[in-house]
Amino acid sequence: MYKQGKYPITEKCAAAKGIFDITVKCPEIAAEAQAGQFAQIAAEGFFLRRPISICDIDKEAGTIRFVFEVRGKGTEKIAELNKGNMIDIIAPLGKGFKVLDADKKALCIGGGIGVPPMVGIAKEYGERAAVISGFRTSAVAILQEDFKTAGCETILCTDDGTAGIHGFVTVALEEYLQSKKPDIIYACGPMPMLKGIVDIAEKYRIETQVSLEQRMACGVGACLGCVCRTVKDGREIYSHVCKDGPVFDSKEVDFNG
Amino acid sequence: MADLRVNVAGVEFKNPVIPASGAFGYGREYEQFYPLSKLGGISVKGTTLHERQGNPGPRIAETPAGMLNSVGLQNGGVDKFLNYELPSLMTKGTRIIANIAGSTVEECAELAGRLNGSAVDMIELNISCPNVKQGGAAFGTDCTIAGQVTRAVKDATDKPLMVKLSPNVTSITDIAKSVEANGADAVSLINTILAMRIDIKTRRPILKNNVGGLSGPAVFPIAVRMVWQVANAVNIPVVGMGGISTFEDAIEMMMAGASAIQIGAAIFSNPYAPIEIIDGMNKWCDQNGVKSISEIVGTVNPF
Repeated sequence: MYKQGKYPITEKCAAAKGIFDITVKCPEIAAEAQAGQFAQIAAEGFFLRRPISICDIDKEAGTIRFVFEVRGKGTEKIAELNKGNMIDIIAPLGKGFKVLDADKKALCIGGGIGVPPMVGIAKEYGERAAVISGFRTSAVAILQEDFKTAGCETILCTDDGTAGIHGFVTVALEEYLQSKKPDIIYACGPMPMLKGIVDIAEKYRIETQVSLEQRMACGVGACLGCVCRTVKDGREIYSHVCKDGPVFDSKEVDFNG
Repeated sequence: MADLRVNVAGVEFKNPVIPASGAFGYGREYEQFYPLSKLGGISVKGTTLHERQGNPGPRIAETPAGMLNSVGLQNGGVDKFLNYELPSLMTKGTRIIANIAGSTVEECAELAGRLNGSAVDMIELNISCPNVKQGGAAFGTDCTIAGQVTRAVKDATDKPLMVKLSPNVTSITDIAKSVEANGADAVSLINTILAMRIDIKTRRPILKNNVGGLSGPAVFPIAVRMVWQVANAVNIPVVGMGGISTFEDAIEMMMAGASAIQIGAAIFSNPYAPIEIIDGMNKWCDQNGVKSISEIVGTVNPF
């Protein structure tokens, strides 16, 4: 069930310059939320809500966590909210990541602000997960400690070589797959990155789920605004990121569309 | 508790608040927030004879106090509506307005005929979609064609016929008079206003369709003006919409001449907007000694 309400922010910090990390106390949302789902967050003074992926869920504490980047004036407004302020959200929205059985291994790959949605799913697997994170530069390399605390293997890449592997996540992915075979890959990031990952994953025949984004209005599947081109049962159709996704089986997505 | 019932073209609605076509799907999503029986009615997603995929994305752009969309009538076609959506919707205890759109006059008539004998309470003929190449606003911006398509649909249907008008015209009253003369039982207005936004970094339009329809509070005063003009020009009921987001807006629209109102884009920011408007109207009536909401229709006292 979708819930809309104003909930208190219980923690807020800057994860890096322009990237904020907030925790919201919303037990009824936390109870139902799954890794990979998202929330529609109201930005005061702006007409449309901002779709922001759920970074992590603490069902016991009844909280969900968002790590988001200031992309424009709307997200800037959301970033002005502080601990103790109320935040207006609709959640949990969309389809989350599929979680495999307890003996399976996962590889999570995030690029930039596509890294935060990997926290929740990586935690589902703990030591059975490896996480490849790609960032522009070391100063914005966020969330690595979260993955380590959860027991995941972490592989860091930066475009400029200021930390970890110098290069894109696809370089690290190729290398990783030379010696290891995860049962599933989860990926979120820019479209060219996702396409690169999916090409490699197909070569190694590894099931892959990708999390997509698109300009969105309602967030619940009514307005049909947030389309992505997909193939289902051999037929090309426009699916909707908010309801059919944001997580899609990579085989369904037309990355050239 | 005031009497919120209204009558539009012989169809009684339990209250005047109707989610607008394209903003509410077939109610499945918003039913998770509240029972659909609270609503006066639902104008369902624009339905075409055959399935339509709509336009490529991005289809949404934010604007000051509103948004653009270029969805382009993505829908499963009339068979899916009749076989899948309607059987569920008819059990929800609310009026069902079937919004239909065709690319030719004949197609509009065929579509309307397909709904004969169904549980649909009223037809809303969309001659104003700005996002399709054929039909749509091409019908709604020409008096003669608007009249022809209205007549063809009227002759084909056994339902009350409401025609949804485009604001992208020089004189909306001329179009309204033409559809009235050709058998329309009501008119609804306004559809979205053709508009555009450009990303100054890429120098490209934000919408893949380049242009799209503007909705939201930004268009509200334009909608009020047009509803007022049309209500004064025709003798059939007017259903007002365009940027309504509060009960005050709804009251204002009804004073301008709307017998009922539709809520569109406001639902995207606030899923509860229709419910809050119904509750607000009720309180407003009680506080202002209004026993029946229909008393206020067209009561603006112009200078």
